[in-house]
Amino acid sequence: MEQFLQQIASGLANGAIYACVALALVMIYVSTDHINFAQGEMAMFSTYISWQLMTWGVSFWFAFVLAVVFSFVLGVVIERAILRPLHNAPVLSIVVVFIGLLAICNSVAGAIWSYLIKEFPSPFPKSSFGIAGVIGPHQLGVVIVTLVVLGLLFAFFRYTPLGLAMRAAAQNPQMARLVGVRVDWMLALGWGLAAAVGAVAGIMVAHIVYLDPNMMGGILLYAFASALVGGIGNPGGAVVGGFIVGVLENMVAYAGNQIEKATGIYIIGNGEKLTVALIIVITVLTVKPAGLFGRVVVKRV
Amino acid sequence: MAALLEVKGLKAFYGQTQSLYDVGFEIPDGGITTLLGANGAGKTTTLRAICNMVRTDGTIRFAGKDIAGQATEEIVRLRIAHVPEGRGTFTTLTVDENLRIAAYTRRDKAAVHADLERVFGYFPRLKERIQQQAGTLSGGEQQMLAIARALMLKPRLMLLDEPSFGLAPLIVQEIFRILRRINEDDKVSILLVEQNAALALDLATHAYVLETGRVVMSGPSSVVKNDENVRKSYLGY
Repeated sequence: MEQFLQQIASGLANGAIYACVALALVMIYVSTDHINFAQGEMAMFSTYISWQLMTWGVSFWFAFVLAVVFSFVLGVVIERAILRPLHNAPVLSIVVVFIGLLAICNSVAGAIWSYLIKEFPSPFPKSSFGIAGVIGPHQLGVVIVTLVVLGLLFAFFRYTPLGLAMRAAAQNPQMARLVGVRVDWMLALGWGLAAAVGAVAGIMVAHIVYLDPNMMGGILLYAFASALVGGIGNPGGAVVGGFIVGVLENMVAYAGNQIEKATGIYIIGNGEKLTVALIIVITVLTVKPAGLFGRVVVKRV
Repeated sequence: MAALLEVKGLKAFYGQTQSLYDVGFEIPDGGITTLLGANGAGKTTTLRAICNMVRTDGTIRFAGKDIAGQATEEIVRLRIAHVPEGRGTFTTLTVDENLRIAAYTRRDKAAVHADLERVFGYFPRLKERIQQQAGTLSGGEQQMLAIARALMLKPRLMLLDEPSFGLAPLIVQEIFRILRRINEDDKVSILLVEQNAALALDLATHAYVLETGRVVMSGPSSVVKNDENVRKSYLGY
């Protein structure tokens, strides 16, 4: 029983990370209809920035904030400098740009910090909180931090004029221009926020997966699965999808372990977790392409 | 009366296709002007050209300032409200959000609240549906919301594209009554594009007739109304 709860708890912690990256993907998707394949690598790069700051003696949380701000600026700059000129380009060109960005982030990080796997500290001391035997301090901390960040984002989009303007720009860019919203800047801002949320995920997960230039590869896949489960155009769905995928992958592995223990037959285990994510992607795309919370717009004409 | 909007030698292009050739007109400050014409004459394009939503060439002066070539959002910030055809609302946002986003560029936040009340005075039905998604409103309500949203911009000039489109006659009458009040009480100048020429000529003080991208006739509505060609082509008698 305790092991079961443990698996759920660690599933939630992983899910929080997937939720953040999935939300970053969806934020860009709703306003541009593009999936930013470089989202994970941008987050990885920001995580290295925070690591670098910490090795220079900056405290964890200060480095965290600086790295998140850095990612925000990086996101805005990438949109303005690289994607703005491609606004009318065919989808394929943009996909190629995203893949190029992915490769650049990856190799620049490798060139600066090498591909050696590094340990990454946790800001949550061993004895601080958590429930003994069920959820460790870092896992609980990750869930809390991401929930706070997601809550802040929700409040920003729901209650501030700028958040409203960003939603309007995403929903109908031409109409948004007609009420005076500077749509181009809203897109850049969206990129900045997406990059910042990704950075939060990267810095939070680095203690678990260790720091290396390829750390976000699998996570991006999970995030993609999460976004699809929730409905790719639905930010709230992406977050819920993240938690569902996080818990689901652990449950599948747990069930596999229990079966092996009982019968001695190995069907599925921890090694196949990523396969689970891919199966989720394919299943959702074939069975329910709109996702669990796919937006059903009620329209009366 | 001084002209609020002056358009001279206006050309517009969709890709390689030119759809306006040398369009010129003036909108008097405080008046209602209508653009008439058959389908494809360039009425909608003219409105879009004023807001720089198509590729244009020519002179567009608003309140004495040259605005040709400025970005759409900057032109709107000069208090030109454009109500596009097909009910320009944000369908996934609520009625309340649709109205608040229109006041996004305004700095006089206290006056915004008073304007909201005045807009609800014109359109009490919108107040009843304030938390509803705009996409779930009826056609007439969406058109009202589009006009209400334009009003929240506190416009000096309102560009209206086919406000009667697809609506029941009673609703259309109600909307046109409100447009007259907006013009008289709020001192908003109006440029109206309308298929329903009889209705438009009743409301407007001045009229311009467009044919294949050119102005072929203009004058006070009363004169245009009695022109034989206009009667035959647009009024149907």
